Amino acid sequence: MAAPEQIGSSGDTLREAFGRALAACGERYRELVVLDGDVAGGTGAHHFRTAYPDRFYQMGIAEQNMMGVAAGMAASGLIPVVTTFAVFALRSFEQARLSVAYANRNVKIVVSHPGLDVGPDGGSAQAIEDLAAFRALPGMTVLSPADPYEVQLATEAMLAHQGPVYMRTGRSPAPRLFQDDHRFEIGRGQILVPGRHVTIIGCGVEVSRCLAAGDLLKAKGIEAEIINMPTIKPIDAALIRASAEKTGAVVTAEDHSIIGGLGSAVAETLATSVPCPVEFVGVTDRFGESGEPEALAQAYGLSAPHIERAALRALERKVEAPHAA
Amino acid sequence: MADALPKNTLDDPGADNTNLIEATQIMARNIRRYALIGIHHAGSGHPGGSLSCADMLACLGTGELQGYGPDVPDTDRDRLILSKGHAAPALYGLGVEAGFLKAADMATLRQLGSPLQGHPHVGALPWVETSTGSLGQGASVAVGMALGLRHQDNTHRVYAILGDGELQEGQIWEAAMGAAHYQLSNLCFLIDYNKLQSDAPNAEIMGLEPLTDKWRAFGWHTQILDGHVITDLYAALNQARAETEKPSVLICNTVKGKGVSYMEHAPEWHGSVKLTDAQTAAALEGLGLGHTDRLAWLKGEIHGSA
Repeated sequence: MAAPEQIGSSGDTLREAFGRALAACGERYRELVVLDGDVAGGTGAHHFRTAYPDRFYQMGIAEQNMMGVAAGMAASGLIPVVTTFAVFALRSFEQARLSVAYANRNVKIVVSHPGLDVGPDGGSAQAIEDLAAFRALPGMTVLSPADPYEVQLATEAMLAHQGPVYMRTGRSPAPRLFQDDHRFEIGRGQILVPGRHVTIIGCGVEVSRCLAAGDLLKAKGIEAEIINMPTIKPIDAALIRASAEKTGAVVTAEDHSIIGGLGSAVAETLATSVPCPVEFVGVTDRFGESGEPEALAQAYGLSAPHIERAALRALERKVEAPHAA
Repeated sequence: MADALPKNTLDDPGADNTNLIEATQIMARNIRRYALIGIHHAGSGHPGGSLSCADMLACLGTGELQGYGPDVPDTDRDRLILSKGHAAPALYGLGVEAGFLKAADMATLRQLGSPLQGHPHVGALPWVETSTGSLGQGASVAVGMALGLRHQDNTHRVYAILGDGELQEGQIWEAAMGAAHYQLSNLCFLIDYNKLQSDAPNAEIMGLEPLTDKWRAFGWHTQILDGHVITDLYAALNQARAETEKPSVLICNTVKGKGVSYMEHAPEWHGSVKLTDAQTAAALEGLGLGHTDRLAWLKGEIHGSA
């Protein structure tokens, strides 16, 4: 697959794709209600507000209460979707833990503004810990789709799924990677580009950078297998193992801390089954800062050349590994 | 259970409420007994805060809740949430009285494999409605249930019992704002205002006063009453039900450890404690349980105490 063409405008963000998909699901899911913490313009939820004003609940700038209210509404037979920014979902994390996950409520938590992709708002707004936190909650499904179309499919799958879900969208314009034949299933990743030398697994906005890194490697004669992993939990262990058995070297890439997110989920899978060199592309135990997303990606090691270099490191370690295939 | 119990008819001047008051008092006494024997066998638990909310639980369980329990469909029942989840032993006592638990189950409180978790867990006992134990959270869930019921044009009511120390959680005031904003007159909070929290009096830890002014300022229909006087509790619940525009709060002045003479006003019984055989026996005796029954209960042979 060729590197994606950036078609970005403010209308081509993952958050807008989510908002449109949510509104489109309103007719099919009559129990669907949407909760907002005064950020509907930023999360995409404004589409649902316009379409279904009587099913849109403004909860004010009070995320702890919003999360608990969603749990109570779910207990009353509704399907509440909590919409906020990723950092504010962290603010209500303990409510998500007890009132939602422990009580096993059918609440969907959908966040925009994850990672360095937030850009100019700076470190205070750039949640790089959310995948780690929500992944640790028993029973919580964690999604991070990669392009506007996959966001639409993931929104539909999330609503069809019974149980709590945490899903990342994204703030910045995102390239369209997938065509109409793309399929999304919770718990399943896909090989976007088959390869045999090294596996590169990405989620969210990093997937397009993984594809670009694959092109850079191809120019060096290295065939990278590029995998899109939109479900962080439950992780697609079978796909990860099969690819690692084939390539013997793995790179993960995510707009998130390298602690606890996609990379950790992949490493946990491989450590107990197919041990092999793994390199982690992500934010290294530090907070972000203001800047445009692409500039931040370069400054913080998330860009395609960074993924390429990580792949070369993994390949180098594979050669050195005494038990390498 | 509710069918067999007298209804709250205190707002009917012609009604004879003798049976209601008696039945409620007996339930409150039994809730206290069950809570104490449970804590005794568990070797830990919070007696003070369980005893102080026993009367309000008994009123809700006897005459107030319209439909209650695991077998009542979602659309046909009122909800009761124990937001001060550490008083779980009292809620389980109500569960025994309501027939959702066996008296003998109280001996399994806090034991591995028992559904009687240290704090109420809806995954283990569906009739507790939600999981609590982290203060503040039950309040928001109650707001969500009230909002959710109203969204579906369901007129059932939602009740939540809150601790006083719990009011120090910011989430409570977020919930208070939200409930008033949506004019949730189908929601009623009961505050177990026993003035003491884990380590010291509220006033010393983080003062709550003027508490009535706070709730009124947040837009709630606010009543102050003695949380151990059954008739006052029912009267206040009736007034709350008559309110049509605001959520209601009952600030119930209570005594921590109420019903066990050596625990009342004695700070050492406020947190999680062990109850020895002698302490438990003395408490149960004070609650009118006979000698033979006391010995059996201490051995774990707990039977119905009606």
